[in-house]
Amino acid sequence: MAASSIAASELLHKMNKQISILYPKASCVIRRIGTTSSRCHSQPQHRAKSAPQQLVGVVGLEIHAQINSNTKLFSGSPVRFSSPPNSLVSFFDGSLPGTLPVLNRRCVEAAVMTGLALNCTINRKSVFDRKHYFYADLPAGYQITQQRRPIAIDGILTYSLLGGKRSEVIRKTVNIKQIQLEQDSGKSLHDDVRSQTLIDLNRAGVGLMELVMEPDMSCGEEAAAAVRELQLILQALGTCQGNMSEGQLRVDANVSVHRPGEPLGIRTEVKNINSIRFLARAIDYEIQRQIGVLQRGGTVQNETRAYDSKSGETIPMRDKEGLQDYRFMPEPNLPPLIVYEDNASLPTGFDACQAVVVQKIREGLPELPSVKRDRLVQTYGILPEHSFTLVNEDGLVDYFEAVLKATKKEPRKVIGWVTNELLGHLKQQDMSVSQSPVSAPALAELLDLQETGHISSSVAKQVFQEMWRSSGKTAQQIIQEQDLGLVSDTAQLHSICQKVVDSHPDEVRAFRNGNKKVLNKLMGLVQRETKGRTDPVLVRTILQEKTL
Amino acid sequence: MSVFSFTATRTCCGVSLKIIRPSFNLLTNNVHSAINVVSINRRSGTCTRSNITNIRRVFSSQPHNPKVPEVATWEPVPDDRLPPPAQIPADLVDKLERLALVDFRTKQGLACLEKAIRFADQLHVVDTSGTEPMDSVLEDRALYLRGDAVMEGDCAEELLQLSKNTVEEYFVAPPGNIPLPKREERTAILKHSEL
Repeated sequence: MAASSIAASELLHKMNKQISILYPKASCVIRRIGTTSSRCHSQPQHRAKSAPQQLVGVVGLEIHAQINSNTKLFSGSPVRFSSPPNSLVSFFDGSLPGTLPVLNRRCVEAAVMTGLALNCTINRKSVFDRKHYFYADLPAGYQITQQRRPIAIDGILTYSLLGGKRSEVIRKTVNIKQIQLEQDSGKSLHDDVRSQTLIDLNRAGVGLMELVMEPDMSCGEEAAAAVRELQLILQALGTCQGNMSEGQLRVDANVSVHRPGEPLGIRTEVKNINSIRFLARAIDYEIQRQIGVLQRGGTVQNETRAYDSKSGETIPMRDKEGLQDYRFMPEPNLPPLIVYEDNASLPTGFDACQAVVVQKIREGLPELPSVKRDRLVQTYGILPEHSFTLVNEDGLVDYFEAVLKATKKEPRKVIGWVTNELLGHLKQQDMSVSQSPVSAPALAELLDLQETGHISSSVAKQVFQEMWRSSGKTAQQIIQEQDLGLVSDTAQLHSICQKVVDSHPDEVRAFRNGNKKVLNKLMGLVQRETKGRTDPVLVRTILQEKTL
Repeated sequence: MSVFSFTATRTCCGVSLKIIRPSFNLLTNNVHSAINVVSINRRSGTCTRSNITNIRRVFSSQPHNPKVPEVATWEPVPDDRLPPPAQIPADLVDKLERLALVDFRTKQGLACLEKAIRFADQLHVVDTSGTEPMDSVLEDRALYLRGDAVMEGDCAEELLQLSKNTVEEYFVAPPGNIPLPKREERTAILKHSEL
């Protein structure tokens, strides 16, 4: 990783130098999106060397989302991760002769639901095709997919990312060309030592939604944000579990570079990306690599490259022999798939449990992440950034709202506790919200104790850490055990303050001479004396009295 | 493809589609070409009528359905109404062999392919303007949708028995995709072939 970023920055440096020689005033930040648009679109590429305009990245994505269903797309065998090899395989999945595909309704509904959530047009009629290629984990020699007329088309995904100087939320959109239903393949385990491949067909035939995103993104960060948003949407819908490390969500990136206003450059396809973080890195590496190739006067090859997360580089995968010919043909064993807009459009006498009704699925759509964020901002008056943090973490919104229900503290004061203290502790120990040793009601109790003046805010943080360590103890218990409650005895407080004033005559003199800031130091000393168990406002008043 | 299904239904020989498969015994020189010809013939219908009736007798367990004509009722399109016969350059043979992973560059194999293309050429005569291509003769039937309940699987033992090579509960295949020999190499290998 380090090596590549050094290489990339070296490259950047060289380019900057070159450009600054030619264009002393031009600022060159390659990773930024070119906002200065087509100033010289009539200049063809051969002027690459003088770089009148910066090359920018263009990124499109192809995403395979495994449908969260009990059984496979065309067979009744179970869908499960990490089971004994070939234990989830039916005769159809093994493509034994004479077996026929029987479409799973759940998979159709999941695709329709996902399409609706992404503002797609749902095709009333869609068809299945065979895509042929030879590989041992595809026993039939073809994949059933939807090439000609997919179930959903023309959608749009709105995503946001933090950017700009004040790290504000920037909203962007990416067009979704289509969502198609298709079969997953099996898995191959390559045994290089014995020079053989072990085939596990457990995944063969699992339902996939392939989402094709148009090349509307320009860098790794944007692609990562778009995929993250999609992941949240799929998880909210329950149509895909979205775990990238388990391969439930697989992302291939199509990357090219060009000058804004000019035709798109030759693209490469980057595969083998198994986390969102790696997605951003792989794309940025690939954009820089292509810019480097062009700057050196070379041409980008149309090829498939694999991302190596160890080195942070993309490396060419073994070349396909010329252009692939998948010999697409209509799947003869499946008539067209019809979905109905509403119950009224069902043909008379049609078995209702056989019908996929769009209206019904639309009504059942859950609250989507973007709507949830807007609601959180409006209802609780929190910052948009905070709403992102809440929605990004599985279960955190529920936690936050549960705390709010049980406390009198304002949402705007609670949010810091949830996004900083709680989330910080969780992240530190790589835990999920549901694993938190401090429950929402327990946190609420702590916050109430602070709100009602039983403890100071610094003590509250101390108590929280104690609650985290010794889970099960309530805030009240910890405060009593360790005597952390605010010093409420005014006489005691007075005597402590007196002691501080008496032992710091210089500071007192300075204060009397008009240096008001000195009071903070005295307050700090009182705090230290009482281990933070004082009400700062009260201490200030007492100290002011005593130093007059 | 779609155009073909259209003619298939219109010309009352849709049935033939189902029984074409066995016609691979037309060519018996080797297993590879047999596999290949299945796909060719599936597309093109068949070469001779006698062959159809012949096969029907062998494979049909039902008595003859009176609704189905004994012999095809269509007339072959005269040659002069067809476009000139397609030439199959060596490169195309090469590509097809690669795609289908079969060798068929024998005189016999090529003749069969040419015949199949010639048969399909008749489709050029059919006027399909204003007719939406069909996907399947079952287009007007509703696609049956299954409930999402586990019904099968868990038969690893039975499936693995079918494989020549297994390790533990895995099927064993050759490593990756074996790259096909380069064209020149293949020419050398096939030096004794008739092409």
